[in-house]
This record gives sequence, structure tokens and C-alpha cells, in this order.
Amino acid sequence: MSGGVDSAVAAARARDAGHDVTGVHLALARNPQTFRTGARGCCTLEDSRDARRAADVIGIPFYVWDMAEEFHDSVVDDFVNEYAAGRTPNPCLRCNEKIKFAAVLDRAVALGFDAVVTGHHARLGADGLLRRSVDLPKDQSYVLAVLTRQQLDRAIFPLGDSTKERVRAEAAERGLAVADKPDSHDICFISDGDTRGFLESRLGSAPGDIVDGRTGERLGTHNGAYGFTIGQRKGLDLRVPAADGRPRYVLSITPVSNTVTVGPREDLLVDVVSADRPIWHDPASEVDCEVQLRAHGEVVGASVSVTGDALVATLRSPARGVAAGQAIVAYRPDPDGDIVLGSATIAEGIRSDAGALVAEQAATRA
Amino acid sequence: MIFPGGLGEPVAGRPKLEMMAYLDHAATTPMLPAALDAYVAAARELGNPSSLHAAGRGARRLVEESRERIAAALGARPSEVVFTGGGTEADNLAAKGIFWARREADPRLRRVVASAVEHHAVLDAVEWLGRHEEAEVTLQPVDGFGRVDPDGFAELIRAHGDEIAVVSVQWANNEVGTIQPVADLAAIAAAAGVPFHTDAVQAVGQTPVDFAASGAAALTLTGHKVGGPVGVGALLLGRDVPCTPLLHGGGQERDVRSGTLDTPGVVAFATAVEAAVAEREEYTVRVAALRDDLVQRVRAAIPEAILNGDPESRLPGNAHFSFPGCEGDALLLLLDAQGVYCSTGSACSAGVAQPSHVLLAMGADDGRARSSLRFSLGHDSTKADVDALMVALPGAVERARRAGAWKTPR
Repeated sequence: MSGGVDSAVAAARARDAGHDVTGVHLALARNPQTFRTGARGCCTLEDSRDARRAADVIGIPFYVWDMAEEFHDSVVDDFVNEYAAGRTPNPCLRCNEKIKFAAVLDRAVALGFDAVVTGHHARLGADGLLRRSVDLPKDQSYVLAVLTRQQLDRAIFPLGDSTKERVRAEAAERGLAVADKPDSHDICFISDGDTRGFLESRLGSAPGDIVDGRTGERLGTHNGAYGFTIGQRKGLDLRVPAADGRPRYVLSITPVSNTVTVGPREDLLVDVVSADRPIWHDPASEVDCEVQLRAHGEVVGASVSVTGDALVATLRSPARGVAAGQAIVAYRPDPDGDIVLGSATIAEGIRSDAGALVAEQAATRA
Repeated sequence: MIFPGGLGEPVAGRPKLEMMAYLDHAATTPMLPAALDAYVAAARELGNPSSLHAAGRGARRLVEESRERIAAALGARPSEVVFTGGGTEADNLAAKGIFWARREADPRLRRVVASAVEHHAVLDAVEWLGRHEEAEVTLQPVDGFGRVDPDGFAELIRAHGDEIAVVSVQWANNEVGTIQPVADLAAIAAAAGVPFHTDAVQAVGQTPVDFAASGAAALTLTGHKVGGPVGVGALLLGRDVPCTPLLHGGGQERDVRSGTLDTPGVVAFATAVEAAVAEREEYTVRVAALRDDLVQRVRAAIPEAILNGDPESRLPGNAHFSFPGCEGDALLLLLDAQGVYCSTGSACSAGVAQPSHVLLAMGADDGRARSSLRFSLGHDSTKADVDALMVALPGAVERARRAGAWKTPR
């Protein structure tokens, strides 16, 4: 129970379903004062108090579990290391994979509990299939797709059939004070929302070049390649305008040479995505489906094939801003909620010859 | 989290366990019926004890009678009883107030001495003096049983006696129950002219406490550990001990403590102290026997359990164990779910357990400190409480041990 409205209502619904529910708040900061203050994050003393009050109102026992070391090792360090390696991590996904449905679940199961209930907006029904929430803008299946079958078998998501609006209304009906608490959006362990500053404090300043992807020309310098994400346009601070006057985007990050490569928007287009460490649920290893390439990102049609430790998706229309380190999640469209077929960690976005042709056409149009 | 029904099989109407065993009397103990009656009766009366009219005089009379009863029960003079808002306030008043007053009189008196196993009410007050008032803080070490060694203490007084503003050593430890050689320590301090404060919050009603005979300059006690209400306590403060107030205002308590006195609280507090002291001998025999039975049964059921604290010189209601391989937190959760209430006895920050500073000071490693659990018995404890513990504990220990080392197959 983060202290937010979703986990509070999820706990209440699980209790109403007849389960014997115990509320657990995770203390994730080594020093509770160092993480964000205010109601937006999920790690503060105030949030702990809000969670405790919700548990009181629901009428369930409540404990705080100290997962600070595990969180730091598996999520915060991973976050920093991934950026240092030129990739773009998703810490919420990692937290689900390593903390909520691993460290917490392990401890809970050993203590005699059967499952972990969370307030994620996703559906997990009797058929065992993970599906998108009815509330598509709030859907969190993307950050849950990393869960294995065994983890899903011990997960309960009571909110997937409700919109966020409905959850808030229910919280108010239940007398839960967190009904109006604002949603958290930012990364909970970066207290001021300044990701680049956070990374700089961990990784130090590492000046390098920003170069043009087509000409190889040096366009400027940066203070650390980790401060950039593929597809990023703002904050490049380039003094030399592009020849055609059009905006430039980050195309790739090369940690070895500490180089950030930029170019026009159409050069971001890729039509093949290779990924590793797949978690695959569908019986077929070659499927035509839809894929999502980042949180709240667009969905594109693709044919996906999974072999051993690799997943390759050939996109039916090219996608932009495909960043290594993000998850590719495969969905099968379904009237009862799109079904998660599996996911993997993006290694790279590739432009095939066919893709290059499309990019050329796009450039011509521009 | 689901416990322990089955997935897809809601256990609606699962009966709550009837059994409830309260083994956390050191945290707070039920009010004695006589104390509750006295509270309610006094709360019906009108009057501020500082008012001069008849209603005020009536309240004042109740307060002063209470002061006399507490003084009589604890070997103090009535004028030595300073009512406070509880033990924490009394500890802060003694540590900070005596330090401030003594240093003001003589700037060389900058050192503050406390045992390493003090309650946070003393420890944090002393550390605050170190950070903000330029005090030299000396934390006196303890042995493996949590005892301050009088010889080592005498050495400290010999070396630094002329610069020590105040010493604070608890009468008995709140976690492991060890009783300190308070009279020996107080005599050593007194011989050097150093005021000796003792936090006797856990000791009153559990072991003989006589303020005059102890030789202490100041002594803390509180209501809710002896069957009185929460929020009222006292500092017994020798008449010649200088002390600067923490709270300024009307100067109601000897100009050392301000604030309108809580008349019903004070009356109930006195009733409880009087009863606890009067019944102490019978209580000690009965509760110590129950505790010994608990210890013996825990050791029989879980042979690797380690009893912490002094095996002889300890509070009659205290049993404190480390369960190797278990987390105290996990044990507490599992016992709580079965209606058995106990404590890890350690300080909390956002509800996160820190390893106990008491056990660490006793030489325990982090693992042993985190694996500990305190069972504390009190005036209404019975054999049924111990029976309930023994039903729940072996399974809880087994489960908590697995929780420490077990991964869900995936």
C-alpha cells in the first residue's frame, strides 16, 4: 500500500472478496527524509501514514516492510547503470519485477500468504491472462508484462475492470481519505524530478561530443551521454542549425565513445526491433500481434518471433524513439482487453531496407 | 496480501481467533480499575489547582494528596515530586535541565554521561545536547547482560568528575529487562558531587524503588507503565538539584515545570503508583514464576533461542529472546495474526525497525539484534497468555526462518 488511492481500494476489494488481507507499505528510502516530500511520490513518511490510515479504515492489519536495500540494489543502481550503458531503463517495471513480485512476494509466501494484491490498472482474470485495464490511459499492463507465469499466479489486480475515476469515487464512498490524492507520475526516488541532475550526481560529469548522424560533423558538446534518451529533441542546446533548418533528435547514444548522435526526425524510424530476455506466455513462438515500445507509447502491428533468449519484432509500420533498455510488450487485440503475450528488453531498433525506403519517402514529404 | 485462505477461494466469514494474549506490558499496561475509577471521579470535578477559590482549592487538594502518596510510596519528599506529561518529558527535563543549570553555574561542567542502553528519551536528549549545546557526550558501555560496570563507572568519574554536569543511567532496561546497580552507581556519582539521574519508568512496581535510599538526584517514572493513565508522569528531583525548566509559563511545579496540572491524571497516577508499590512483592513472585515458565517453555520448544539480558537481575515480567535466523518483524506479524501481541522492542522510523541499540551495545551482531522479540508480562497476565504464545510461537519461528532464506520458485 503506497499511500495512494489505487492500492487502498485494491486492498479493500480484496478484503470484501473474503480474503484475509494484510496491508504492507514498502519503505524504499535508506533515509526516509531523502526521498520526495509531499503527496506525489510513494516513499515518504506522509505516504506511510496515509497507507496506515487507509488500512485502519478498511480494517486490516498493517506493517511497514523495509525493502530499502533490495530497492537500491535492484532498482536504483540498475537505473543508474542502464543510463551509464546508454540505455533507457523503466524503474517502475524493474520494481515490479524485482521488488513487488519478487522480494515482497518471496517474503510473503514464506510467511504463509498466498498472493500479492496491488492497485495496478490491469486485468488478470480466471483465465490467467494478463490484459489491459478498461481505463486505457491508466493501463499499466506494460510495466507488468515482465512478470513470469509463476509471479502472475501469485498476483491479484482487483482494479482492472474499473476506471480511475470509478476507483476514486469508490475510495470516497469507503471513506478513504486518499480519494483525492494526486496521482504520482515521476520517479519516486528522484525527489525533485530532475533525472539528469540525479544521474550527474551519481555518474559525474562526462563531457563528450554531439555529432550529426549523416555527416559525422561535430555539432556541440554534452556533459554526459546518460542525460539523453533516443527520440529526445529538447535540451540538445545545439548552436549550429541544421542545414535544412528542421529540428534534430537524438538517434543513438554510444557510451564507448561517449557520443550522442543526432539527426532529422525520419532517421528515428525503425521497422525491426531486436530484444533480449523475453518473458513469453503465448504457446506460439511466431505471432502476428501488436507491440508497444514504451510506457504509454503508441501501438504498432508487428510479426514477432521468439527464439531462446531473443525476440525479434518486424513492424508493419516504422516506429520512432525506440530506445534500448525499454520493454517491448506484445499484445493480442481482444474485446475483453488486449492480452499480453509477452515482453522483452529492447536491445536495438534496426532499419531494414524496406524501412529505409519508408524513411526516404518521409524525408521527401518533409 | 492474502492470509491464509486459498487463491480463488475467498474465505468469507473465516472466524476470528478468540484467543488473545497481551505480552506487551512494557509498552503499556491496562489501567487498574481503582485508577480508572479515581480518574473518572476526579474528571467530574471542576477546578484548576492554581485557582484561589474553593473549586481551585479542591483540585489543589487532590493534586497535593497525590503528590504525598507518590512521595510516600517511593521514599521521596512531597516537594521532590515534579509532575510532568510523562516519562519522556521527565527524562528530557532531567538531562537537559540539570545540564543547563550546572553549566551555567560553572562553564567547565560540559560533560554528560549516559549508559549506552538508555531509552531514546534520554539518549536522544543527551545527543541533542552534544549537537546543539556543546556538551561532551560520554556513552558508558555495558557488558553482555546490558549492565553498567560500577568499577568502569568509578574510573570515569575519577577521570572526569570535575567536568560532568549530569549522569543518567536507567534503573532497568525497557528492552532486555536488566536491572542496573543503581545504588552503587549513584553513590559513586554522589561522592564526586555529580548529580545522578535514573530513568525508573520500567522499574517502579517491578523492583524496590526508594528515591532517598538510592542516592539518586533525580528519578523518572510514568503513569501508564504502572496501571495509571498515559500522559502523566513525574520527575523526582532532589530539592538541592539545580534544574533549568524546559517549559516556561505559570511555573506551577516548583518553577521547574509549567502547565496546568492534569488533576484527574495525577490522581489516577498516584492511585496506580500506590497500588503497584503496595502489591509489588506478591506481584513479583507471581509474575516472575509465570515468566520463568515462559522462558523454560520457549527454550524447550525452540532450543536455539537465546535469552537476552541478565538472567538473574532482571525485571520479573521481562523475557527477551533472539531467534537465530528469524526477523523479529516477521515473528511479530505472524504472532499478531494469531492474537499474540509482543514487541521487537526496537526504535521505529516510519515503522521501519532498526536493529536495537541496546542489543548492539551488549555486543550482539546485527542479525541477532534484528532477530529479537520481547515478551513482557504484567498485572493481569495469566498462564493462558503463556499457553497462547506457546501454541503460536513454534510455527511462527519455523515460518519466519523460511522467510529469511526462501525464494518463491519461478
